Amino acid sequence: MRMVEKRQLVVPGDLLAEGDYVAGENTYKEGNRIYSQKIGLVDFDDKKIFVVPLKGRYVPKIGDVVIGQIVDVSLSGWTVDINSPYKAVLGVPEVVGKSFSPKLDSLTKILDVGDVIVGKIVSFDRTKDPALTIKGEDLGKISDGIIVKLTPTKVPRLIGKKGSMINMIKRETGCEIIVGQNGRIFIRSRNPEKIELVVKAIKMVEEQAHTTGLTDRVKEFLKTVKGVKND
Amino acid sequence: MTEIKKLIDENGLRVDGRKLDEIRPIKIEIGLLANADGSAYIEQGRNKIIVAVYGPREAQPKHIGLHDRAAIRCRYHMAPFSTDERKSPAPSRREIEISKVIREALEPVIFSEYYPRSMIDIFIEVLQSDGGSRCAAITASSLALADAGIPLKDLVVACAVGKIDGKLAVDLSDVEDKLGEADMPIAYIPALRKISLIQMDGIFTEEEFFKALNMAKDACIKIYKIQKEALKQKYLQTEKE
Amino acid sequence: MMKLLASGKRLDGRGLLDYREIKIENGVVEKAEGSALVSMGNTKVLVGVKIETGQPYPDLPNQGALTVNAEFVPLAYKYFEPGPPDENSIELARLVDRGIRESKTIDMEKLVIIPGKEVYVVFVDVYILDHDGNLVDAAGLAAVSAILNAKLPVYRVKENGEVIKMDEYVPLPVQNCPIPVTMVKIDDKILVDPTLDEENMASAKLTITLTKNGEICAMQKSGLGAFTLDEIVEAQKIARKKSSEIREKFFREWC
Repeated sequence: MRMVEKRQLVVPGDLLAEGDYVAGENTYKEGNRIYSQKIGLVDFDDKKIFVVPLKGRYVPKIGDVVIGQIVDVSLSGWTVDINSPYKAVLGVPEVVGKSFSPKLDSLTKILDVGDVIVGKIVSFDRTKDPALTIKGEDLGKISDGIIVKLTPTKVPRLIGKKGSMINMIKRETGCEIIVGQNGRIFIRSRNPEKIELVVKAIKMVEEQAHTTGLTDRVKEFLKTVKGVKND
Repeated sequence: MTEIKKLIDENGLRVDGRKLDEIRPIKIEIGLLANADGSAYIEQGRNKIIVAVYGPREAQPKHIGLHDRAAIRCRYHMAPFSTDERKSPAPSRREIEISKVIREALEPVIFSEYYPRSMIDIFIEVLQSDGGSRCAAITASSLALADAGIPLKDLVVACAVGKIDGKLAVDLSDVEDKLGEADMPIAYIPALRKISLIQMDGIFTEEEFFKALNMAKDACIKIYKIQKEALKQKYLQTEKE
Repeated sequence: MMKLLASGKRLDGRGLLDYREIKIENGVVEKAEGSALVSMGNTKVLVGVKIETGQPYPDLPNQGALTVNAEFVPLAYKYFEPGPPDENSIELARLVDRGIRESKTIDMEKLVIIPGKEVYVVFVDVYILDHDGNLVDAAGLAAVSAILNAKLPVYRVKENGEVIKMDEYVPLPVQNCPIPVTMVKIDDKILVDPTLDEENMASAKLTITLTKNGEICAMQKSGLGAFTLDEIVEAQKIARKKSSEIREKFFREWC
């Protein structure tokens, strides 16, 4: 029997269901009872019950696109801060060709401490720190823009179903936007006012991620501001 | 000749007007610190305690990291101005012992195996102390951990029961603890129905102990409801905006 | 190991509620006013009692003072490091202290030399010599034994207020005999007097100290796990039984 409804706010220790159910993400099963592990909104999928958390640190997943900052360089590669309990490693082969022979000063010429990159997580397990690559389309060093933070659990909301939210924001503002699954978003535009619009839109997602009709409201907001400016 | 203070008056009321089974008023605030991953503030009677949680984050220094789960660290510390007489800022033996028992009270609910080689820090600062601070600290720490998004089996809630003027009373204040005959703090995990902290000093007969244990558990359940309400209120408010 | 437990036996052949062999030797350090060496299986703890004079605590001007300290010396265990006491040795010292203090084992009011100015200060120093589990019970027993057999140096106050040490001794005024009993939970079974291996395997540990009248005067749960209320009530019954057995065997004259 389910004790909660969809989108109900639950906290750790709340009993979600009793009986023949499957414990999904952010829940756990003890005996035949399923409890929430985090503060978040309940959702279910037939027999599987899970909680979408409202807060939490980013835990790397293979395939995720992330935005990080180089914090260290060594002969084997770079260490990257990706806003996670674990620092990521970017090995030399994931940046340059196989025939490259590394020397420390030539490495810093490619990527130095403080540089910001868009990378993809290629490996991560319990015994090793996550590994990144920047070989690939739309990956690599990024500059001339700003980085905005968003709670990692709300990134899917910023992207929207099949990209509906993020594509709408891109269209309405004309900015270049790269969304990192780790809660870091890169925005670039020649027009600083447009960047400010995107920042405000992201703030709306941060504050209202758990409500319905958000995409429409953000669209309204962006159109209204644009409208005012055009007067 | 020192006057013997009566802790219970003719009407069965305590020095602060409470009944024997009454807990002190509790006020809770969650997520008040911008830097911490999770935070909570509690007032219980005249106790004022703030808790910040940082983590899970990289284990520093590396050797304190554990290969199969997060290392949990807890620091219970009293501010020099928190007590009647100024307390030296250096950690006392009492604070060190309390840091240990609080950590051990919270660890059973943390899914630390999800974050090997990382660490979770719980920093407790007692800004004003009036008896039962370790219990209030545990109650607030659970909220700070939840606020940080750390996966928990349940919130841990804590309360003490003691003996004053020969009678069992819940949630002793400082003067009651000092002049009373026994004090027993417990920490309780309602979803698992288990006790993760129990300490006692003073004298209890077997019967008194059994009664006190159940009184403490009942008081914990009352406070647990307050904890959950506070958590839900905080996040429901964000929803309403 | 689990199969063994299920059949009520432990690796060393003991029953779940059996203590290891306990030996107590008193007066091993003659220069101390009291001392006792306790061995519990392979665990060895030495307690020395030194009695000096000093100022009373400001909020207890008409009582003697008691201080308990514990040293987990490096020679006792490969993981003991030299240095100031860590949280484990502080916890042990404070737990042994509470057992003695709350049971009023020492009649502190008889330890006053000049009220409000000069009192006896009893220093109880716990020295761990060999760690094979259950340091608390061994330390608690050694502390009690050292105290029960300690001698108090007599001080006389002359007419001019001067305090001089006489060359005589009287027994320390004692009136109780607190015995701690430590138990661990492994799987769902409660075991008394854990060895080091058993402590490492256990999910939680509970110490309950009882006075000669069967009252509980100290209690401490430690370790990462948790107990149900029933387990705690059961542990309390076990502790009551074991503490009187030990008191009967070693401290009969004090019961």
